[in-house]
Amino acid sequence: MKKKATVLTASISLIIALLSGCYKLLPQMPDPTNTLCGPVSLSNAQSVLFAKGNDAFFAIRTAATGLGPYFVSTGCGECHSSDNRGHPFTMLTRFGQADTTGNKFLAEGGPQLQNANLPGYQPQQLPPGATSARFIAPITAGVGFLELVPDSAILAMAAENQQNPDGVGGHPNYNSIPSYVIPFANAIPRGDGKYICRFGRKASTYNLLQQVAVAYNHDMGITSTFMPYDPYNYLDQTAPSSPGTPEVDNSTLNSVVFYVTCLQTPNQRDTGNPVVQHGSQVFNSIGCAACHRPTLTTGYSPIDALSYQTFSPYTDLLVHDMGPGLDDGYTEGNASTAEWRTTPLWGLGLTPGVQGGNYYLLHDGRAHSIEQAITMHGGEAAASANRFANLSATDHQALITFLKSL
Amino acid sequence: MIKTLFTALTLSLFFYSATAQIDSSLLRTHDTDTTKKGLAMDAIYDRPFLKLGKLPVSIGGYVESNWQYASTSGITVGNQFQFRRFSLFVASSISKRIKFLSEIEYENDPSGDPDQAKKGPEFEIEYAALDIELHPLLNLRGGMIVNPIGSFNQNHDGPKWEFTDRPIAMTQMLPATWNNTGFGIYGKHYRKNWMFGYEIYLTGGFNDSIIDNTQGKTFLPAAKSNTSRFTSSASGEPLITAKLSARNNNIGELGLSYMGGVYNTWRVEGTPVDDKRSVRVLDVDFNTVLPATRTALTTEWAWVFVDIPPNYTQQYSNRQFGGFADIVQPVIRGKILDWENAVVNLAVRLEYVDWNVGKFTSTGTRMYNDLWSIMPGISFRPTQQTVLRFNYRHQHQRDITGNTIGATIGNTGEFNFGISTYF
Repeated sequence: MKKKATVLTASISLIIALLSGCYKLLPQMPDPTNTLCGPVSLSNAQSVLFAKGNDAFFAIRTAATGLGPYFVSTGCGECHSSDNRGHPFTMLTRFGQADTTGNKFLAEGGPQLQNANLPGYQPQQLPPGATSARFIAPITAGVGFLELVPDSAILAMAAENQQNPDGVGGHPNYNSIPSYVIPFANAIPRGDGKYICRFGRKASTYNLLQQVAVAYNHDMGITSTFMPYDPYNYLDQTAPSSPGTPEVDNSTLNSVVFYVTCLQTPNQRDTGNPVVQHGSQVFNSIGCAACHRPTLTTGYSPIDALSYQTFSPYTDLLVHDMGPGLDDGYTEGNASTAEWRTTPLWGLGLTPGVQGGNYYLLHDGRAHSIEQAITMHGGEAAASANRFANLSATDHQALITFLKSL
Repeated sequence: MIKTLFTALTLSLFFYSATAQIDSSLLRTHDTDTTKKGLAMDAIYDRPFLKLGKLPVSIGGYVESNWQYASTSGITVGNQFQFRRFSLFVASSISKRIKFLSEIEYENDPSGDPDQAKKGPEFEIEYAALDIELHPLLNLRGGMIVNPIGSFNQNHDGPKWEFTDRPIAMTQMLPATWNNTGFGIYGKHYRKNWMFGYEIYLTGGFNDSIIDNTQGKTFLPAAKSNTSRFTSSASGEPLITAKLSARNNNIGELGLSYMGGVYNTWRVEGTPVDDKRSVRVLDVDFNTVLPATRTALTTEWAWVFVDIPPNYTQQYSNRQFGGFADIVQPVIRGKILDWENAVVNLAVRLEYVDWNVGKFTSTGTRMYNDLWSIMPGISFRPTQQTVLRFNYRHQHQRDITGNTIGATIGNTGEFNFGISTYF
């Protein structure tokens, strides 16, 4: 009887202890500096729209909800886990454009090879004679800030480079924009009607609406009012002749645009660490910052938290010649095949979290470490890459530590 | 139709209950100890039933309700009060060797198929089968049956378990209460301390949804949403489910089961449109009670193999693995709070599921999409048929890339209090 009472008391005590310690037993929100999740400061109404976009962004599409028949992934979140960079398993292939005169393989399903298909369909193949490049999804966090960098600022950065002693040039990628895209009020188009584009590895996409509509269509095979034709396999000879019923409605698509627009920028970590601070100085001294511009400033936005904000993306949004080693023979817009948009370095240190503990860097993940990615830089970045190779061990380590803090 | 049937059945039970209040001797309870298991294959019948006077009909049921407070990576939806299940079963002895059992269930189980849970609670016939005994070793069963894959699928009644949640691997890798229309045979053989059993069924089965669903992973429970499987098979091929069980009174029960067949719609109006693609499940279950300490151990592990079309996304894996182990230790037995034969148990459940076993073809590195969980708990059984249970779960989940930052991945902490009882 005494034993029973003891055990019963102990059991009840355990419950009370558990209940009183509930708060400690529930996992807390991860340190925001170590994550990419979350929006900028929004009003209640904006938060509701952001939440709708969040749900749509991470929703998985099925054949019943429009997926395919040809696709790369089943949802935005599969390529942009935690709004971060992609993993090579969702790598996609673009093909058909070898110079600035446009894509010559649109009739064969260009510009994108969807790497997966629903059961019963035959795989897409590269058409004979088409050059191609493979792409890993870039980071999503902070893209709303990049969208708001005025054309004038991009042109100014290109102009500054004319004085660069290392031969760093770079230029905006002027491209045609589709009819559903409305240029920004402060846009500075070229005389031939082409606009400065900034999204994608080749900076060939104008804004986030176009980016999202193209991603739905090319990456998931989802039609919308903006892109009403499904990707098709030219080998099947089943090219759609008329627009289909939109598989994503405008409301949902626009909520996804709002979601990515309002994502917070990645935060640098360990800023008080002297090694990081020294690494930042090395970064500047060897010339990385000529292209990977540490700070940019947004223009006006109706969302206060995005308006006139200075932020640290480490990009200039220009395309630069990266040398023959990174020339895959494929391009978009008026970039040459060796030219790539300066990849924003923000969030670089968080990359292993979504790449299985590894690094898969550069446009197709060919670099398996930050060091490898730097040494693969050629062309306009060759001088900086050479300086990196000759750094002292201390400076080398400081630079890598700094880059991992981004 | 099912709702109408359910309503009619409920009303008729109410009528009988009202009568019983006048003369309670009309209701005779079979005092089954639901905490002690025979062979898992007997679980469907090994339930407490009420006899209705001289009618050749027995009725029973169980109910499950709980409170839950969960947080994943600091994100919570607060206090949740969940009425998960209300199940009614009716058994009838048509003759000495012909029996019929049916079970109708109201289910709203967030731990099961999330697609179903989003649609809200459902009334459904979970089981409705006729058993004809030809010989103790040869019984024919036909109707809507619960496929005997593993132990939990057949032995899933809430009051039998010390945890509010069902095992994750058995509900989100294997489909829980996976039922189909079909026929089969079963039998048992007793020899000294040994008991042997077998079951073999041919039924309808899965469909393409197991590799095309909103979970974005190979997910056999997705096929539960396809209620047309009770009238037409997506593949037109039978799903074979077979199980062998052996029980020794001193050692415990070991079950080996297999389920396999073609899952996809490979022909349309007679014309082949795809290859036949198979799904196969292997399952091992074991349960025992250590005589010295009365410690109960229940464990089940399963392997899933799915033929994935070539050139399909690796989000849908061709291999999965998972299972659980429950350890339940009675710490107080006897009279508690004036309840005779009451029991207080301490318990712990260990779980692991890997929905994407294998490596990425693009990198040769490991695919993750896995989860482990540990769930200590305490339960109080005032009677054998009723359980009050309090559990805490700590769970760690990674997505396919190994990422742990997100609204549904990372660390989860969860408190549960629940009641469940047969009636």
